[in-house]
Amino acid sequence: MLDKADGQIFTGNVRLVHAVGMHARPAVKLTKLAKKFQAQISVRVAGAAEWINAKSVVKIMAMRAAHGSTIEIRASGSDAEVAVAALVDLIASDFPDGA
Amino acid sequence: MTDTVGIVIVSHSKDIAKGTADMVRQMVGSEVKVAFCGGNPDGGLGTSVSLIIDAINDAWSAKGVAILVDLGGAETNSEMAVEMLEPARRDLVVVCNAPIVEGAVMAATEAAGGSSLAQVKAVAEELSAD
Repeated sequence: MLDKADGQIFTGNVRLVHAVGMHARPAVKLTKLAKKFQAQISVRVAGAAEWINAKSVVKIMAMRAAHGSTIEIRASGSDAEVAVAALVDLIASDFPDGA
Repeated sequence: MTDTVGIVIVSHSKDIAKGTADMVRQMVGSEVKVAFCGGNPDGGLGTSVSLIIDAINDAWSAKGVAILVDLGGAETNSEMAVEMLEPARRDLVVVCNAPIVEGAVMAATEAAGGSSLAQVKAVAEELSAD
């Protein structure tokens, strides 16, 4: 597949303001949003050794990011820039209902 | 959103089945069809093949149906229910080897993104992989 942004990686950082950290409901919302994009998207708690596939609800739920931690996002693919912006917005706005 | 894989929850207890379905609807949303059944026809604990078939029909999707079960009989009765479906539909229904509550939420989350039945089953079963 041709991809004009192939190879280009977009990144974002956002502080997790959710009161109890990355628990079940936020994890489901993050994964559902990530799946709407074609881009490959990874996240991690800032400085963590491993990047986690943002489209894997099992892995996102297991990452146990704490309240106040910074989440790093990186994405590559045709809609990577939009994907990073959308995920940053979701986390920064504390996973609103209907998101 | 196109059609999504349906989810069926089969527990020995109707309360557990209903509570699990409530969690899926509240956490994942309404874009995935969720049906549940629990208890025997007399109102006691147990599972019933005919109620499982009804639930499969309620959650039916052209992309298939993933069933989450609790203990022993729930699994064997679910397998029996699948065998009693018309041959054309049998291959579109799978019983997942996963914990019922976690498996249902994970499977529904995966289904909501439009994933195939095989992908939905694989995500639910990731939970029991390690």
